[in-house]
Amino acid sequence: MAIPISYNVRNLRLRKGLTVMTALGIALTVTTAIFLMALLAGLQRAFVSSGNPQNVLVLRKGSEAELSGGFDAALFPTLKVLPGIAKDSHGEPMVSGEWVVVIVLPRKDGTGEVNVTVRGMMPDGLELRPSAKLIEGRWFQTGQREVVVSKSIRSRFSHANIGDTMEFGKGSWKVVGVFDAGGSAYESEIWADVNQMASDFDRQGGYSSAYLRATDPIAADALKNRVSDDQRLKLEGVLETDYYAKQTSSGAPIKYIGIVVAIIMAIGSSFAAMNTMYAAVAYRGREIATLRVLGFSRPAILTSFVFESLLLAMLGALAGILLMLPFNGMQTGTSNAVTFSEVVFSLQITWQVAMYAIIFALAMGLFGGLFPAWHAARQNILTALRG
Amino acid sequence: MTLGSFVVRNTFRNKRRSLLTMLSISFSLLLLTLMMSIWRTFYIDQGPPDSTKRIITRDRVSLAFFLPAYYRDKIRSVPGVAAVVPMTYFGNVYKDDRATNSFAQVVTDPDEYPKVAADKIVPPDQLLAWQHDRTGAMVDIELARKFGWKIGDHLTLQSPYFPVHPEVTIRAIYTIDPPVRSLIFNAKYLEESVDWFKGQAGWYLIQVASPNDVAPVSKAIDEMFRNAPQRTKTESQQAFQLSFVSSLGNVKAFILGICGAVVFAILLVSGNTMAMSIRARTREVAVLKTLGFTRQRVLSMFVGESIALSVAGGMLGVVGATLLIRWLTHSPVAIGIPGGMKVTLPTMLASLLVAATVGFISGCLPAYTASRTNIVEGLRHIG
Repeated sequence: MAIPISYNVRNLRLRKGLTVMTALGIALTVTTAIFLMALLAGLQRAFVSSGNPQNVLVLRKGSEAELSGGFDAALFPTLKVLPGIAKDSHGEPMVSGEWVVVIVLPRKDGTGEVNVTVRGMMPDGLELRPSAKLIEGRWFQTGQREVVVSKSIRSRFSHANIGDTMEFGKGSWKVVGVFDAGGSAYESEIWADVNQMASDFDRQGGYSSAYLRATDPIAADALKNRVSDDQRLKLEGVLETDYYAKQTSSGAPIKYIGIVVAIIMAIGSSFAAMNTMYAAVAYRGREIATLRVLGFSRPAILTSFVFESLLLAMLGALAGILLMLPFNGMQTGTSNAVTFSEVVFSLQITWQVAMYAIIFALAMGLFGGLFPAWHAARQNILTALRG
Repeated sequence: MTLGSFVVRNTFRNKRRSLLTMLSISFSLLLLTLMMSIWRTFYIDQGPPDSTKRIITRDRVSLAFFLPAYYRDKIRSVPGVAAVVPMTYFGNVYKDDRATNSFAQVVTDPDEYPKVAADKIVPPDQLLAWQHDRTGAMVDIELARKFGWKIGDHLTLQSPYFPVHPEVTIRAIYTIDPPVRSLIFNAKYLEESVDWFKGQAGWYLIQVASPNDVAPVSKAIDEMFRNAPQRTKTESQQAFQLSFVSSLGNVKAFILGICGAVVFAILLVSGNTMAMSIRARTREVAVLKTLGFTRQRVLSMFVGESIALSVAGGMLGVVGATLLIRWLTHSPVAIGIPGGMKVTLPTMLASLLVAATVGFISGCLPAYTASRTNIVEGLRHIG
């Protein structure tokens, strides 16, 4: 027969101080782990949500990123008539030749300079990215030296409000609008008219990439292969989702450091939990013996104490999650290993992160509780009753 | 029995509890020491004395963009510049994609390179042999030891950036402390096989006459290229290396955050243990008091015990961190930890000081409660 759960709950409540302190210790470890996982989750979301499964990105063959690409504009008409491309609002194929550069902007808080991606696009570029919504002002106009900036660019850099001018390329550009890209990688970009951009960077007659919208995700796959297989083009088609998924590797350093830190802290916390559980067992020696006399089996005692330790860890996990919740959505940036520019992302405490945090804490509880519980179950009844 | 030995004996009375507490504190302090060492390496260390006279000029936007070759002579003309060499990152892949085989491979101009890298010690005959063989390469002694290379060995290199597989011959082996673990070969050799790379360089490594020249020369170079086709960014070698770190995000806040969490965690663990241990000794405290021990005496005994425990854990942690960092910096896997990172004496002392302070604080409250126990009630206590 199993020992009722309420027995464990009462015991934890009886020794309030000890329970709270141990749980807080676990909570601290959990917060660190959550922080790191939330960083990675945010980074992943920034990249994963950037790609539209119907969009095909066209790059020069052999080039890994838009920045290192570049192909002749003369190829563009051929791309435009490929079968499987969706129609835009004017009934034309939905394609956008784009020019991407990286510029250096000073941070608003004066902590140095950051690389920012500027993307020149055709009018269809906006239609190709329906996830980006204008929240203030208007979109840039073709043929004008105008830019729209993302919400996070506006908040992180000076001279990025509507009506301000930015200096890059051959002169100044007027900020006419602000867009919200919903946490995607576009959240780190500035958009402008492709022809204006190309002439500013002396790249007329070329594009660094092109975006094609396929009629559906299956057509996108076919379209991608059509681009890559066409011998005349010497271009490569990639699904936009794949392109961005690959960039999540930018989070690798955070991941490795995070794993090391989390493991060291977890070992420390497990020892602390073990200490508390040993104390709990020692304190209740006579009680445990009484339970045995009443007919509770050794496995039942073992399970009960492991369960109590898990309960303690669970408390810690919940406290950790609660402590970290206010940081959900906090914005930060890291360097994108593919585009060499800063990518802005926010901490994301997703259900998955919370689940992992709980599993992480339970692992600590299990490790910390197993030996004391084993000790409790092995106690000699007579000695314990006398003690 | 002196107060000291009484404290020590009490500390280890419940061996399991003391050991677990010590282990728990030691892991936290290991992390703290590790974080402090990282901080020191990144933000306090000035690097070896030779590196304080070295500056680096690169494209203002990114290292991904090469600079024109003619920049070299323009930089040379800036007053205060003693030597300039072009440097280009060839890659870090060797044999296969495994990280254990990875090391940095760069190309440069062997004739002038020794002037900017005087801290790389090379036998003169080997240096000459390297300079005279266009396909020659110079490697770090640790690297040569690891792969079992000898002078005259041929290696085939590969690169994720250049579509060639140059074959180089090891002509020189250099020694430097801390090890850099790189292979350096002739940029001309690469230019011969890669057409588009001709007349370009990844960055320029510059030696200035004195450390005081670093700031003015850096400024003069960037000013000179202000209106050039490619603007430049010039900074000290230390700042250049730091820029890789800061591109990861707000590293300072990150480290401080972890340190804060760790210190708080030890506080909890240590406080918890002391509370447990003192509670179990309520009757004992009453006996001590009956025997005439003053309140202050009892208080200092328990606080001393708490400090002893934390410091013991701290020592374990410091030793652990020292070993861990030594292992990391000497491990065959390049994980981006600077080779010069080590736990210095001030870092160790700081860690131990943190441990002692935490021990003191966490011992105070339970000890105070204990010292105030009423003798009669304490004697009656069943624990």
